[in-house]
Amino acid sequence: MDTAALLIIEVLNGIASLALACAGLAIIFGMMRVINFAHGEFMMLGAYTTVVCTKTLGINIWISMLIISPIVVGIIGIIVERAFIRFFYGRMIDTLIATWGLSLLLIGIVTAIFGNIIEGVSAPMGSFEVGVYNVAQYRMVLIGIVILLFIGIFLVLTRTKLGLIARGTMQNPAQASVLGISTQRVYMVTFAVGAGLTGLAGGLLAPISQVIPTAGAAYVAQTFITVITGGTGAVTGTLVASGVFGTVRQLLSYEFTPVLGGVGLLIVAVVMLRLLPQGITGKIFRRSL
Amino acid sequence: MTDAGSAVPILETHGLTMRFGGVVAVDNVDFSMAEGELRCLIGPNGAGKSTFFKCLTHQYKASAGRVRFRGADITGSHTYQIARRGIGIKTQVPSVFDGLSVHENIWVAARRHHGRREANRIVDGILERLRLDHLARRVVGQLAHGERQRVELGTVLTGEPELILLDEPTAGMTHEEVNQTTDLIREINKTTSLIVVEHDMQFIKAIAERVTVFHQGAILIEDTMANLERNQQVRDIYLGKQHAA
Amino acid sequence: MTTLGIDLRRWETWGTILVVAVMVVLLFAGPHIFDLFTLFKVTLFVAMSILALSMGFIWGYGGILCFGQSAFYGLGAYTYAIAVGNIGESTAPFLLAIVVPAAFAALLGYFMFYGRLSDVYLAVVTLAVTLILYNFMRSTAGEEYAIGAQRLMGFNGISSIQPINWPGDGNALLFPDDIFHLSMGCLILCYIGLKVLNRSHFGRVAVAIRENELRAELLGYDVRLHKLQTFTIGGAMAGLAGCLGVNFNSFVNPDVFALNFAAEIIMWTLIGGLGTLVGPMIGCIGLLMLKFEIGQQQITNTYLIFGGIIMVFVLAVPAGLLPTARQLAERFVPALRGDESGDVPREAAR
Repeated sequence: MDTAALLIIEVLNGIASLALACAGLAIIFGMMRVINFAHGEFMMLGAYTTVVCTKTLGINIWISMLIISPIVVGIIGIIVERAFIRFFYGRMIDTLIATWGLSLLLIGIVTAIFGNIIEGVSAPMGSFEVGVYNVAQYRMVLIGIVILLFIGIFLVLTRTKLGLIARGTMQNPAQASVLGISTQRVYMVTFAVGAGLTGLAGGLLAPISQVIPTAGAAYVAQTFITVITGGTGAVTGTLVASGVFGTVRQLLSYEFTPVLGGVGLLIVAVVMLRLLPQGITGKIFRRSL
Repeated sequence: MTDAGSAVPILETHGLTMRFGGVVAVDNVDFSMAEGELRCLIGPNGAGKSTFFKCLTHQYKASAGRVRFRGADITGSHTYQIARRGIGIKTQVPSVFDGLSVHENIWVAARRHHGRREANRIVDGILERLRLDHLARRVVGQLAHGERQRVELGTVLTGEPELILLDEPTAGMTHEEVNQTTDLIREINKTTSLIVVEHDMQFIKAIAERVTVFHQGAILIEDTMANLERNQQVRDIYLGKQHAA
Repeated sequence: MTTLGIDLRRWETWGTILVVAVMVVLLFAGPHIFDLFTLFKVTLFVAMSILALSMGFIWGYGGILCFGQSAFYGLGAYTYAIAVGNIGESTAPFLLAIVVPAAFAALLGYFMFYGRLSDVYLAVVTLAVTLILYNFMRSTAGEEYAIGAQRLMGFNGISSIQPINWPGDGNALLFPDDIFHLSMGCLILCYIGLKVLNRSHFGRVAVAIRENELRAELLGYDVRLHKLQTFTIGGAMAGLAGCLGVNFNSFVNPDVFALNFAAEIIMWTLIGGLGTLVGPMIGCIGLLMLKFEIGQQQITNTYLIFGGIIMVFVLAVPAGLLPTARQLAERFVPALRGDESGDVPREAAR
């Protein structure tokens, strides 16, 4: 019984952390179609921001994770977009290679500053007991934060003028600019928001993961696969795909090893893409967001 | 040319339907044409003509309905299998190998059917027939739109298909090129059945015998060009507007 | 007018002849002009050049951007190591090191091409597969992970791998000179083989598919099957490269599946020039030499340098060194301007 409860928490936590890691990518890749291979490194930067803020500067961990990390990475996103990414819009493969270069560069810079050692912050709050097991309260809070985050993204995209303009511009940039929208600015802001969300994810996951310069590599493949499998409806698709993959990964990790969890995720993804080439939202939920 | 009494139509569709979400682009179309026929499809933009073509060649998977080619059901076949059966298609936006030369474009098409030596012979013949020989070594991506159209037509003809679907063959062509294409289509029709989607009314008058009018995804009417021009309904939805413009 | 065959009027033909000539001269002269340490290094360069060729072929000609070409290299390396550890005689392991990666490529390719994954999706799936292999191999340190008599050894890697022997005699091991000859011979065969393949019907169709999948399909070509074949050939060649690569220092560890190595192969191709065969080899040798230099100077931060190189290249020289050099040469020396067509495509597959 306790084991079952623990397993459910584990699975929910797995889904939440995967969805969280994917949120920024769902915007940048799912909506903008910009292949940001430095996605994992944006997360890594978010994690380092939280580590530096809490350990070196002594700032409250919640403020570091929820506010400073997204702002810092969002600003880095703006700089990168203006200086680099914007030359590659519409050239998918070039973007992919360019951002790969960026990802290596970011790893290099962070290694040069902090060294290739494992950093970390301890999770805030204590733990509670499920039978004989100890579960960190932070993991439960994280699930709640992710739910709120996705509701927020959904509302911003559907209910606000900003979200509407962003979606319209991504679907038809030519038409948007005819309507007097500065597509350049929309791209910049959207990219910054995506980067900020990625930074937030990095910050929030910092207490429950190892913070090293090369930490991003672990995320890039899983997050891209999840967003791709999600299909055209970037937000709902990503959520559904996270649900499926998070469950598979966590159950296999629990039963066998985390490595097999990763393998299982990949196999399920490849088979799903074989069955649903347009992704989940291309086939099942038409016309969704 | 029209051989209405022929036993098996070269192409027929039954209840062919294509839905995109809530939009019905092709609506329950029953279409039939005889061997050797030259059929024109007309209709306003968005009437479903190009979608109809794409369903025929399985570039889109039709939501419902069946397609028969010479009596054989080809509904579920892959695009390449349909091509191998002898249906050639020229798409609306010229679909060519931009990075290859004119010669290579047509060679790749010819080599699928023939050995090396025969392929080379056929390529030379096609280049001459389409007056492309002086461009043979040019990279297709650098050519004018009308020239690219001809290259695409060349790749299609090389396969010696029994039925050719032409989606706006004269788009982007000069007046001179249109006249040449008119002659070419007449010549092709001596050995091959053709379906042509066009907007250029002069061109249609010059080539067509029977014309099928598409409207809102369905067949509105099928008749000779002369009769259609007198048909008020057709004039209203299409010809009138076109003439006014 | 022949579409195929050797046309001495084309300067590309002379380029090919020159490349082959240089490689043949090296084949015979190599052991005499290099000291033993350099010979080892050159052997590694040669093995890596085969890997670069395989990438240049599937990406530059087939239009398939595989991010995990290193996976096939690694599989070839591990297959050889495991098989030779069990069998003890290297002929079968050598062949297995080609067949196993090819079969793996065919299986993976089936899911990807018949699932109609293209460009980016394909890149991500291949990368994910590579990283999974990386994680898996790193976790096999325990004694329970063994295939036959050969333990997988996890992140420590398999060392003291028995080198290739003369076929049929497990005790007649090849000397470094012989391994160099074998590797160089394989490279020459692969290069000539790909040149011939690219000028054949198969190669032409591969390029046609890269240019326009829909048109190829409308002409009656089975695009999925064709891509699968291209991908499998690439996998086989990468496996061969891996097999020769382990013979360089009798050692393989999971780093062959790491992200960095996967990235390097893309960089070779990108820097040397997409859509050529020599380009990726030049890029490969150039970057490997750079890496050795950096390694000797103890500047450990290769990330910084490689990341910067990629960013600069993709911004400034997106076509790659060789095609850019050719364009410049043709602009200033009109005589070099051959006919417009050729088996070397102008526009890269992007």
